[in-house]
Amino acid sequence: MPSRWRVVVSHAALYLVAAVFVAPLVYMLATSLKPAAEVFGSPPRLFGSELRWANYREAFTFLPFGRFVLNGIVVATIGTLVVLLASSMSAYAFAKLRWRGRDGVFLVFLATLMIPQEILVVPMFTLMRWLGWVDSYQALIFPWAFTAFGTFLLRQYFRTIPDEINDSARIDGAGLVRVFTHIMLPLARPALAVLAVFTFINYWNSFLWPLIIINSVDQKATVPLGLQLFFGQQGTQWNLVMAASVISMAPTTLLLLVLQKHLIRGIATGGLGGR
Amino acid sequence: MPISGTRPRRGEGRAAAFFAAPSLLGLTLFTLFPVVMSLVMAFYHWPAVGARTFAGLGNLSTLFEDAVFRRTLLNTLLFVVLYLPLNLVVSLGLAVWISPRMKGRRALRVVFFLPVVVPMVANAIVWRLIYQPGGLIDGTLHAATGVHAPNFLGERGWAMFAVVAMSVWQGFGYNMLVFSAALDAIPEHIVEAAQLDGAGPVRQLFRITLPMISPSMFFATTMTLITSFQVFTQPFLLTGGGPGVDTETLMMFVYNQGFSVFEFGTASAAAWILFVLILGVTAVQFAGQRRWVTYDA
Repeated sequence: MPSRWRVVVSHAALYLVAAVFVAPLVYMLATSLKPAAEVFGSPPRLFGSELRWANYREAFTFLPFGRFVLNGIVVATIGTLVVLLASSMSAYAFAKLRWRGRDGVFLVFLATLMIPQEILVVPMFTLMRWLGWVDSYQALIFPWAFTAFGTFLLRQYFRTIPDEINDSARIDGAGLVRVFTHIMLPLARPALAVLAVFTFINYWNSFLWPLIIINSVDQKATVPLGLQLFFGQQGTQWNLVMAASVISMAPTTLLLLVLQKHLIRGIATGGLGGR
Repeated sequence: MPISGTRPRRGEGRAAAFFAAPSLLGLTLFTLFPVVMSLVMAFYHWPAVGARTFAGLGNLSTLFEDAVFRRTLLNTLLFVVLYLPLNLVVSLGLAVWISPRMKGRRALRVVFFLPVVVPMVANAIVWRLIYQPGGLIDGTLHAATGVHAPNFLGERGWAMFAVVAMSVWQGFGYNMLVFSAALDAIPEHIVEAAQLDGAGPVRQLFRITLPMISPSMFFATTMTLITSFQVFTQPFLLTGGGPGVDTETLMMFVYNQGFSVFEFGTASAAAWILFVLILGVTAVQFAGQRRWVTYDA
């Protein structure tokens, strides 16, 4: 076979694999637009007798799904801001300021990266009880906002910024806070963007912790937890569950499509996201 | 770790304390403190409500006498042994297949990465419908052959494989991107030189491509190993650990002990067993890396 043809066949086969691969997501979308009675059927069909957009409206009215979406946006947004602020501040202290014990403290920081969530969930729940935070929004936001990862990522980035820029600003009379907000943060924008995207996605998708800490699901659930509730109560209404699933994946999918360059760079440069 | 300017300058210490304070306090309260507490809990009989008593190694012996715990240990190992190689083969295979110079490669990569950013709950729910009798697989098979598919999530012998298959579908896109980035970074002249020397595609793969991306392979293997030991959401939502406890994993056991049985002591002890297991295999990974990972390219 001439090599030109081999390439064509190889690419065609690759697109076929990709099509099979996305089939579950297409199936999700297709089912979300079917009338309830037509979800099952042999052979399965892509379209039902009508495109039932009302499923999406009903997904929002049957359960407080709009509330879940709002909760998810609020929790993920505040969480992302907290992560960005805390980790950029400490990254600045570790990368650019001179203080005794800096490297030792940083090593302790790095060591905490090894501690997995399974160790933390049970004592974290007990800590939440002591703080009176069980079933609260702050419990969804703060406990996981202080991982060393963001600090590490931004410190590496800050270190690539030459000290001269800082020093000359200081000589011109700028205080450290001003150097941080007006020089370091703007220069670190690419790294901040990568961190923000992954942090937002992690908050939005988080399931285990909300499952543990949220009791009044109707009011305080984020999207994955609400979706699970939806599923439990409405296991038979597959079309509505699928409509809710499509809604749940919309924000992160949008982020992926718009910011794919940032996401891919984040993965290429240091193992962000995943799980 | 050489850092510019190690000589402390006056006045920066206080500023550093200010800048580092949020992270230091947060990490102390929400990571260091819980870790210490978890270790303490592991040695106590610590019910969610009621009196705590020192148990010493009692929680450990309780766990190892518990047939369900031993089974979840085996289930977790089975999951890892199936999931890890499948994930690596699929992600590496596709990364190589989507060659660095083909048109539309970025779109393909985004497609394969998509399930990674979709909430796991949504992924799991659609796969429930796919696996279900009358669902996508069964419906297609029955229409084509007249034979019904097995009840993948409800039958012993199928359930774990179904969980693994869904997990690979969901997760491999991440490693694929890691490998793709590494492949893109291989200098073209090296590949061309090999071709000039008459190396065929297979020889190129094993003599040039794979050695050159071996650091990425090491990274991907290690990370995937660690996360696959912690698998929770997929079996929790697909099978609930069933049928029986056939797909219950260690992380599910920790969750159940903690939040359905409310025995924080045994839950913590089980979590530490899981952690030690992960540390052990990671250590083995690192010890073995010298034999196959080349950093000087």
